This record gives sequence, structure tokens and C-alpha cells, in this order.
Amino acid sequence: MVARVQEAAFDFSAEVNTFQAKVKSAGALVTFTGIVRDDSGSLDHMFIEHYPAMTEAALQKIETQAIAKFGLEDALVIHRYGMLTPGETIMMVATAARHRKDAFAGADYLMDYLKSRAPFWKKEISKDHTEWVQSKATDEAALAAWSREPEA
Amino acid sequence: MKLNILYFAWVRERVGHSQETVETDAATVADLVVELLQRDEGCAAAFADMSAICVAVDQELGELTTHLKDSYEVAFFPPMTGG
Repeated sequence: MVARVQEAAFDFSAEVNTFQAKVKSAGALVTFTGIVRDDSGSLDHMFIEHYPAMTEAALQKIETQAIAKFGLEDALVIHRYGMLTPGETIMMVATAARHRKDAFAGADYLMDYLKSRAPFWKKEISKDHTEWVQSKATDEAALAAWSREPEA
Repeated sequence: MKLNILYFAWVRERVGHSQETVETDAATVADLVVELLQRDEGCAAAFADMSAICVAVDQELGELTTHLKDSYEVAFFPPMTGG
């Protein structure tokens, strides 16, 4: 299990290859990549702030939950912070399981929890406007849906 | 007791700094917020709507009712937007 928080860019392909090489018994590997999106067409930067003393522990806790809930062979989370530009990769998750359903569900679960339980905050910076990205009611609804789901 | 207090994102911007150490007898997070609210305009603006703020006590997510006995660090921040 790997949870990494870093300012520098990472090499997605190299990370996936390293992850895959470690999970000998998995038959399925799912990845998700989050990218800085420019909805307005005028976004200059996305600034990502985090809580250094807490972030890695929070990521590990979410990964541990996902591994237990879906019987994953392993999970990987890498999340960046600092000043990013549109099109840059913010973060990635990878999950490995014996079968695809658990790998997909595990990745989905990781992303839902990363969105609202990992201490990151995004700020959109344009020439004439800066704004903190607000959480959405649907983010909390997604977590509630996971806790309603019967244990597999 | 001495408490290390951290602020993040727009809470940090409204309070005006990211970190401070306070001497307090607050029993819970809510007591601490009441103390901070009365201190200056920045804190009053930051804590005006507590439903918009999350808290972590000793780097674990907490609530207004969380007790501060033997705690060393409290962080205030908006709902998280990771991913």
C-alpha cells in the first residue's frame, strides 16, 4: 500500500508498472487520473493546499478501508499539491484485485473518500478572479451511499 | 494548556495567518471557537458560519463537541476538496 503526497509531477506509466509488478495474484488493475480542468477557458492555475501533518495518514486510512471493503490485493494513491496549470495531472489512484468489479469499485470508493475526507483544498486562479473550489452536496451523498451499502 | 492552532484555505485567509499557539482552558472545540470569535474581526469573519467549517483535533477529523483534554493541535478548514 502506497500513499504519497508530493509537489513534483510524477510519471504515471512508471508508477503503474511498478504497482503492477508488485501484485502477482491480481487479475485486474484499475487506474484513475485526476487532471486540472479549465471550465471557463480562462484558468491560469490551480493552487492545491494541504495539511502536511495529516494528509498521508488520512490517505492511508482511506486506502486501508478500501482494501478491506473490496478485498483488494493492493492500492496506490499519489496526490500533488502546490501550483498546477490546466492539463496537468493532480493525482492518481490504482487498485488491484483478483477480479475487475472489486478493482473498479475500490477505485470509485477511494475517489469518493479522497474528495471529501483527505485534507486538500483547491483554489482556481485566473487573471481577474480567484476562488476556492467548493465541496458539493453530492460529495457527501456519495459517502453516505457507500455506508448504506451492505457489506460484501 | 498550550494549543497549536492551524488554519487552511479561506479560513486561513480570513483569520490572517496559518498558525498560532494559544493558551486556553477550552474544554471542547466549541469553547475554543467562542474564544477565537471574540478576539478580532478576522476570526469573527472566519467563524461566522460554523456549518461551513471542519475541524481536526490532533490530526483526526473532529466535531464542535470534541474534547480538547491533552490535545496539542487543532486545525480549522473548509470542507475538503481533494481528488
